[in-house]
Amino acid sequence: MKTWQRHPGIILPLLVVAGLVLWPVISGNESDRETSFTILKAIALASSLNILLGYTGYVSFGHIVFYGFGGYVGIFTVDQLGWSIFPGILAGGIASGLLAFLLGKAILRLRGAYFALATIGVNEAMKAFINNFDLFGGPIGMVLKFSVYKPYGGAARALGMSFYLLAGLVFITIIVSHVIRTSKFGLGLQAIRENEDAAEVMGVVTPNVKTWAYVLSAIVPGMVGVLFFFKNGLIEPPVAFPLHASIELLVMVMLGGQGTVLGPILGAFAYQGMRGYLVISEIFKDIQLSVAGVLLLLIVLFIPAGAVGWLRHRIPTLRRVLA
Amino acid sequence: MQQVNLLLTSLPDGILLGFVFGLAAMGLAMIWGVMNVINLSHGSMIALGMFGTFMLFIRLGIHPYLGMVLIAIVGLVSGVVIYFIAVHRVINAPHLSSLLATFSVNMIIIGIGTAIFTTSPYNVDFNMGSFRLGSTTILGTRLIAALIAILFTAGLYLFLYKTRPGKYIRAVTNNRAAAELMGVPSTRILALSFGLGTMLAAVSGALIATFFPFSILSGGGYELKSFVIGVLGGLGNPIGALVGGLVLGVLEGIIPAFLETSWVPVIEFALFVVILLVKPTGLFGAKR
Amino acid sequence: MTTLLSIQRVSKRFGGLQALLDITFDLPEGQILGLIGPNGAGKTTLFNAINGVYPAEQGRIIFRNKDITRAKTYTLARMGMARTHQIVKPLSQLSVRENVMVGACFGRLDMRLGQAGQVADEVSEFVGLTARLDQPAGSLNVAQKKRMEMARALASRPYLLLLDEVLAGLNASEIEAMTSTVLKIREQGITIIMIEHVMKAVMKVSDRIIVLDYGQQIAEGSPEEISRDPKVIEAYLGDPRLAEKLMEED
Repeated sequence: MKTWQRHPGIILPLLVVAGLVLWPVISGNESDRETSFTILKAIALASSLNILLGYTGYVSFGHIVFYGFGGYVGIFTVDQLGWSIFPGILAGGIASGLLAFLLGKAILRLRGAYFALATIGVNEAMKAFINNFDLFGGPIGMVLKFSVYKPYGGAARALGMSFYLLAGLVFITIIVSHVIRTSKFGLGLQAIRENEDAAEVMGVVTPNVKTWAYVLSAIVPGMVGVLFFFKNGLIEPPVAFPLHASIELLVMVMLGGQGTVLGPILGAFAYQGMRGYLVISEIFKDIQLSVAGVLLLLIVLFIPAGAVGWLRHRIPTLRRVLA
Repeated sequence: MQQVNLLLTSLPDGILLGFVFGLAAMGLAMIWGVMNVINLSHGSMIALGMFGTFMLFIRLGIHPYLGMVLIAIVGLVSGVVIYFIAVHRVINAPHLSSLLATFSVNMIIIGIGTAIFTTSPYNVDFNMGSFRLGSTTILGTRLIAALIAILFTAGLYLFLYKTRPGKYIRAVTNNRAAAELMGVPSTRILALSFGLGTMLAAVSGALIATFFPFSILSGGGYELKSFVIGVLGGLGNPIGALVGGLVLGVLEGIIPAFLETSWVPVIEFALFVVILLVKPTGLFGAKR
Repeated sequence: MTTLLSIQRVSKRFGGLQALLDITFDLPEGQILGLIGPNGAGKTTLFNAINGVYPAEQGRIIFRNKDITRAKTYTLARMGMARTHQIVKPLSQLSVRENVMVGACFGRLDMRLGQAGQVADEVSEFVGLTARLDQPAGSLNVAQKKRMEMARALASRPYLLLLDEVLAGLNASEIEAMTSTVLKIREQGITIIMIEHVMKAVMKVSDRIIVLDYGQQIAEGSPEEISRDPKVIEAYLGDPRLAEKLMEED
């Protein structure tokens, strides 16, 4: 009882995710599980981006690059090196973290808009690089042999297992997000977001702190990438580094409310729900990118704090729970 | 020795292309210089120019160089519209707001474009002949495009320095508050400047359409080039943009002699980051 | 008395402009040093050089017997140097309490969140902001934001406090309150350098004054000496009798 009272901000997030996980279990329906998988994946990615965007205030337009890169590394270990999926996932996460570390060394020195610009180029550059990288299958990518799924009881069981692995990842992500937000490290991040110069004057060692934030925001996407492509059975450059995914992530974080734990979760949920509806409708299928664009524009122009941010502003008493 | 030859043959082409890239970059540099906004819908404007040319030429039979006038006008008007819808409200907000706003516009346009044109490559099959210069062949399209780019640059310069709206633009660039106090209608000037920037992007797109096949997503690649050129020449400095364009054009001519063409975005990105780290105000310095 | 800070021939150029030239002085522990001069004289530039924001190109700065000429701003916070800004820099979306906690957490004593919270409450009471602790920092008025910056600086438990125009924009009674706060801070053992334009206050509070003009040190001494120094009067005060009148008003 005491833990809940001390950390009210984590209750709602955990409930939402638990609901999403239990839903297909209760309904027993495979298509429900697929939908839930997509939403959970979005939650994991959005919450990770939130660490960089929401807490630290650094806009990254190319965050999907960690998903793709980690995915490639993980699938490579599973497909070419014959590893089991579990170390494969870890490898993807570590590889992404490492990429973030190296990239961060180069571009975290850039402030605000320039950093954002640099991140735009990253995705394009990585896609071009992987296209040339024969070890990762070049433009064709890698196809997972069926035998890869044998140790897990066959492809069907492997899919089910992926779902629970993802669920576990999402829970970890939320807890990490919450811990960061309520920690001294998180306070430092938020200080940077509000005013980086003032934060430095007060003693926040900004280069280190920012690097950590970047690395932490990259690890889970890397792991999620491995899981997704494991389930997909195939990885290739345009699917690993999709252009529209970057904006979708931004929309999810900002729609729900960046800088909170709950925000990205609600944002991911709402956006995926809306997208699911749109994809079915013939007219909207082709212009989902435009719809995402319109949404983001409206958010930026009118409710930059997102749904959760707006609620926190209007109803201050809910602040402890809507964290 | 073979490589040197290859170099020499691709050099003139690179220079000519560079003029066009420079034109595109100027559009970006202008908007940044006047209102401190990085226009992330730049790529979609270039794509608009490309597809506009295609539609006019292939569907309506209008000669690309004539169609360019229409494209320029459409580019200008689009820019003004985009300004009022997306940029005006966030012009005084932190940079990131305008970044996100223009980014959204980009996505909106590309989304609609994808719905209409899909992501397949298109081609404006168009020949203006060629002639030999020593051991190189120079394509007519390249030469004319470079000339047009230079023409537009000169036109822009004249506009900025010899006309009243141009003077207003320079005033607003220098100090918006002071300009407003002196009676300059800053909102309209900002909208005009934005429109000019997008116009240049659209025109460069039209020119590029006469060189290479393109798709709705090509704009992104040229946008990256524009950023690289922008930081090379100093965002906000139109002449710097032109020179930066030449440098990049030459680089792009040289690189395929040593590496595969698909390495080009990687090198451009690396160059971009290096410049931002070493000399963020560009080789020529930022806003004048 | 030990020397807390030693500025030795510090110079700084910005392109063609010599912002600081051969600034030299020692600051004993526990002193309140007033730093005055016309606008653009280089006072904030000197603070920026001391604080690591724009390090000096020439000269040395010794703080507590360590050479900090090239030290990074955040390192100096750990070493016990704190600073307020001429144009306040609040962490707007964070509460006042959180703002002050940042100072406590990342300052000299590297406190944990719990301890930082207590210090924040304490220091906020000292500057008179207890009523506003849970409000977002952005919602405060200028005077309150200045007090918050002061609280942030104090929460880091510094040895040296650099105050940059902490009285600017305040009315007469606010100035009274702030000046007595400054004196109370010194009573706690903290050494202070104050950049100020409010002559009356800085003359009253400072033990010693240094005058800068066009990046150069043109005078140094007690408030009385400075107010009578012809160079200072010429550069700054205009009316030679103004300083006397100000001193007499007390």
